[in-house]
Amino acid sequence: MSPNLRIALRFLTARKRAMFMSLFGIMFGVGFFIVTQAQTSGFESFFIKTILGTNGALRIEDRMQATMFPMEADGAAGGSDFLIAGEGGRKIIPGIEDPFRISEAVRRFKNVSGVSIVLQGTVNLSTNVSGDSVRVQGVNIDDHLAVSDLASQIVQGDLADYRLTPAGALVGSVLASRQNLHPGDTFTLEWNGEARRYRVSAVYETGVSDIDRVRVYIHLAEARSLLQKPTGATFIQVNLFDHERAPEDAVRIQEVIGHTVAPWQRREKTWLDVFRALRFSSALTVSTIILISGLAMFNTLAMVVMEKTKDIAILRSMGYTRRDIARVFIWQGAIVLAAGAILGCVFGAVATYGVSKLPIRIRGIFSTDSFVVAWSPWHYVAAVTIAAVVVMAASLIPARRAARLEPGDVIRGTAL
Amino acid sequence: MTAAGPVLRCAGLHRYLGHGAGRVHVLRGVSFEAERGCVHAIVGPSGCGKSTLLYQLGLLDRPDDGQIWINGETISNSSDALRTAARGRHLGFVFQFHFLLLEFTALENVMMPMRKFGRLDEAGMATRARRLLDEVGLGDKTHRLGTELSGGEQQRVAVARALANEPAVILADEPTGNLDQSNSAMVFDLLARLARENGQAVVLVTHNPEIARRSDRVLAMRDGVFV
Ligand SMILES: Nc1ncnc2c1ncn2[C@@H]1O[C@H](COP(=O)(O)OP(=O)(O)OP(=O)(O)O)[C@@H](O)[C@H]1O
Ligand SMILES: [Mg+2]
Repeated sequence: MSPNLRIALRFLTARKRAMFMSLFGIMFGVGFFIVTQAQTSGFESFFIKTILGTNGALRIEDRMQATMFPMEADGAAGGSDFLIAGEGGRKIIPGIEDPFRISEAVRRFKNVSGVSIVLQGTVNLSTNVSGDSVRVQGVNIDDHLAVSDLASQIVQGDLADYRLTPAGALVGSVLASRQNLHPGDTFTLEWNGEARRYRVSAVYETGVSDIDRVRVYIHLAEARSLLQKPTGATFIQVNLFDHERAPEDAVRIQEVIGHTVAPWQRREKTWLDVFRALRFSSALTVSTIILISGLAMFNTLAMVVMEKTKDIAILRSMGYTRRDIARVFIWQGAIVLAAGAILGCVFGAVATYGVSKLPIRIRGIFSTDSFVVAWSPWHYVAAVTIAAVVVMAASLIPARRAARLEPGDVIRGTAL
Repeated sequence: MTAAGPVLRCAGLHRYLGHGAGRVHVLRGVSFEAERGCVHAIVGPSGCGKSTLLYQLGLLDRPDDGQIWINGETISNSSDALRTAARGRHLGFVFQFHFLLLEFTALENVMMPMRKFGRLDEAGMATRARRLLDEVGLGDKTHRLGTELSGGEQQRVAVARALANEPAVILADEPTGNLDQSNSAMVFDLLARLARENGQAVVLVTHNPEIARRSDRVLAMRDGVFV
């Protein structure tokens, strides 16, 4: 053990209570930082998981066509017309005319893990009791399971029943309870004056109320008949192996196929920004606890320096250098910091686990019955880094002051 | 230690203390040489500047004018780092008041300069520290904390600590001030023996005529100069 560390340890005991206060401050600051980050980023990543599990990583929509318009040579009335590609002018052709060719092209991208063609339309649903305007999505179920978490979102009924029933339908939970629909019940969907009868195979819940209230899945072939659209698709839902790369992949795919491709980060930007702001502001708020314990540390060390001026002079008289004296005080800060950080990480982990067991019922943007937490080593690294910067800065000033003391001044009593 | 000439020398030392109207000319051109193997006693009335001179010689304070040499090397105008190193290597200091780091035991206090010097291993340091404490009559109180020792006992630990690194010069400001007859004789005998056996130079301030009488050289000081 270095002599400086040995002295630091002994000096710490001189102000035990004040040191413990700083230590607890650091511990609570680090712990609360970890638990708030775990919780805010937990909700954030759960929201992202819900987005990916419902609407997929990418959505391929309308075709973009560079507009061509005729241009006349100046003064040459009735002369020959040229077709010129317009600057930035693009014509949008809604929907996808040749979904199979597009799917095949998209499947060739390395990061693509699944592709599902969706034909969507707004139709009227009616039961013997009442009616509702709903959004029907015709999908090939096996393709769609590869681009969503639909399988795990089933809350009543059975997907196997849906597979075997050509007129089967998957109904959102909010819609089902509003129309009092249960697996086995029938209802009709009507579009353009023509009604067809379907049977509820299963009820699903995504937790996203905008989906659970209006979306009904039926087989793609059924949708083609109902919506009288024998070819084409409304959009193609794509899943990726690496979701973080969605914006880059969207640009590349868009260039190749000439359709707009919307990555999830762009589609859900508003909510994602809200979550990010929440995470940042909670980090900022909790950091004030760390800041205050840093101030307490500063105060305590400044006090110890004042009490120990004579000891400092004695040490200096024996050949301890200014740097040694500074280190004695920096060690004290570092020891309290290390203890506070370790206890804080333990406290943070325990509190995070505790919070994840707290019941809370959330529906609307996702579905959960307890607090959601994310376990990430980065929360611990960030908390400890902030504490380290604050406490070390707080220790440095008293340490430098101690190092500057002149032994002669101290002994005569004219120092400080 | 075999180099010729005085181990510690100062010439024309001046020191002013205080500010403004309270500024006092404490040292008024002090010159002095400390010889190896010799006990020097500085005597003089209270307030004449004995402690102030000892801080100068101990490199704990800088002179306003004049020079100090250790082993023939000018040290008075050196950097803080060099002066600190010289304190650790050549000097042992006993303060007039406030002797120990009170959170440490007697043994730890004596080992403190050795740890910085790093010449002995842990066991070697402990053995040496125990022997030094034995020599000042505290062999049975090595594990007492500073707070658990009397003023005189603390002073004796401070003497033992000043000897820890076998310094060429021992500077002691009234090292027997708080001690009874027999303990002051013991401390003085120890210092005198070290001077004789190891060729260390001892410079002590004392008000005790008996101590002064038994020293090799007596220097009387009055109003900031030797008379
Ligand atoms: N900070 C200061 N400002 C002004 N004068 C001072 C200051 N410190 C000490 N003095 C004066 O310097 C003079 C010398 O002080 P010093 O401590 O060297 O005396 P001393 O000879 O050791 O006395 P004693 O035997 O009582 O220990 C004294 O007259 C004292 O009043
Ligand atoms: Mg004095």
